[in-house]
Amino acid sequence: MSDWLNLLIRFFDDFLVGAGVTLELTAIGLVMGFLLGLGLALGKVYGNKPLCWFSTAYIELFRGTPLLVQLFLIYYGLPSLGITLSQTLSAYLALGLNSAAYQAEYLRGAILAIGNTQMTAGRAIGLSRWQTILHIILPQALRLAIPSWSNEPILLLKSTAVVFLIAVQDLMAKAKRAATTTYNPIGSYLAVAVVYLVMVFALNALLKWLERKARIPGFEMEGKKGSL
Amino acid sequence: MTNKILTIKNLTKIYGDNIVFQNIDLSINEGDTVVIIGPSGTGKSTLLRCINLLTKPNGGQIWLDDEEITSKEVNEDNVRQHIGMVFQNFLLFNHLTALENVKLGLIKVKKLDKTAAEAKAFQELERVGLVDRAHHFPGQLSGGQQQRVAIARALAMDPRIMLFDEPTSALDPELIGEVLEVMRKLSLAGMTMLVVTHEMGFAREVADRIVFMEKGSIVEEGSPEDLFNRPKFQRTREFLWKITELYGKKEQEE
Ligand SMILES: Nc1ncnc2c1ncn2[C@@H]1O[C@H](COP(=O)(O)OP(=O)(O)OP(=O)(O)O)[C@@H](O)[C@H]1O
Ligand SMILES: [Mg+2]
Repeated sequence: MSDWLNLLIRFFDDFLVGAGVTLELTAIGLVMGFLLGLGLALGKVYGNKPLCWFSTAYIELFRGTPLLVQLFLIYYGLPSLGITLSQTLSAYLALGLNSAAYQAEYLRGAILAIGNTQMTAGRAIGLSRWQTILHIILPQALRLAIPSWSNEPILLLKSTAVVFLIAVQDLMAKAKRAATTTYNPIGSYLAVAVVYLVMVFALNALLKWLERKARIPGFEMEGKKGSL
Repeated sequence: MTNKILTIKNLTKIYGDNIVFQNIDLSINEGDTVVIIGPSGTGKSTLLRCINLLTKPNGGQIWLDDEEITSKEVNEDNVRQHIGMVFQNFLLFNHLTALENVKLGLIKVKKLDKTAAEAKAFQELERVGLVDRAHHFPGQLSGGQQQRVAIARALAMDPRIMLFDEPTSALDPELIGEVLEVMRKLSLAGMTMLVVTHEMGFAREVADRIVFMEKGSIVEEGSPEDLFNRPKFQRTREFLWKITELYGKKEQEE
């Protein structure tokens, strides 16, 4: 136990830096994934044929293949097409593109749940289709989506761990380094497991706060939050 | 000579091989309240939706004042803001307070500034007696209150005509009165209204003209007096008898 504490103390700063990188990856992946995912969801629900088809294909493709394969395709594959991205940029891109597919499905479900009647009500007072989507449908759909969407930041945070495989210095990479320097893999990986756990708890609290903040009296947010 | 606000000629609507209605002619004078009655599935809602351009008719023309709104050149969003619509299920914007529901169109469609929009929205809530509920969300309002907010929301756009599609059918019996009262006042104040309803008391008292629709066509129309006391057709008589029976019974049970 005291060995383990020593390890933790020795690598504390290192783990902190790694955790910072992990949070950065999560945040950027989440925001990128949200913006792109929202576009995909809108494209699938309201878009014309080609747009709807594109969104569907995108979502199926990115949800149907492993994140690691997508990451390697971007980092090792793109250079053969003349596009060379840094490790960090490749990681951001892979996480963002991947998360977009999942977020699109959460958002699409919520948009469909709001239904056509709110669109009718908006159009009836003279709002255009896009105005209705922007001012009526989305504010409700986004609120409705929060409970199920809340799975995504957590899952994304945990899946950022794959980026150490292209040598991005995230928390997982730091764990690997601690393990090889100290010849104590159990201690090292247990230590970062605790750090991941702390981050997940904090994120969960943040999401709960968001859910409370967005609540509107009498407007039920349906859907149960799944397990982590 | 009174002004015609709405003129419908030869209107036809078909869904697949279901002819909802065919060759409907109807016109409404400024300030009149016209009530449409008729059995379920006759095309009453579809007719209102056509007038509001929420669905496209397959044939025929509609004029709002002198403008043909079924013509290809019209800006539909522009037309819709001049035609108020009240739905059976209220359809308030659930994420906005009563005040914000009324205000939204004023800001986004009429492009009023915030203060002007707020003042106007309060004025409309006043008209339906709900100023004290201005900051309540739809989920915190009774059905009757929600429907009155929906009426205020439509009125705020200063429509040329108000369409009501069974505005009290989704309400508990004790809440129907407050909505009908608002409509009655509106009619007295000179608003032009086209109302689909099963409330025969309201029709009798408020309507200038009653239109009986059945199976996609207008069977007969006339003053409440004529229609209730001297219906020309057996079908009209039967419908009126049935509906009075049905609703009369319900009232007795209460
Ligand atoms: N979007 C639609 N697609 C296909 N058919 C429709 C659609 N809307 C209405 N219909 C059909 O049109 C017919 C008329 O419906 P409508 O709702 O206008 O009747 P209504 O007179 O308002 O009846 P109710 O009193 O029940 O409200 C019905 O047969 C209905 O099934
Ligand atoms: Mg109807």
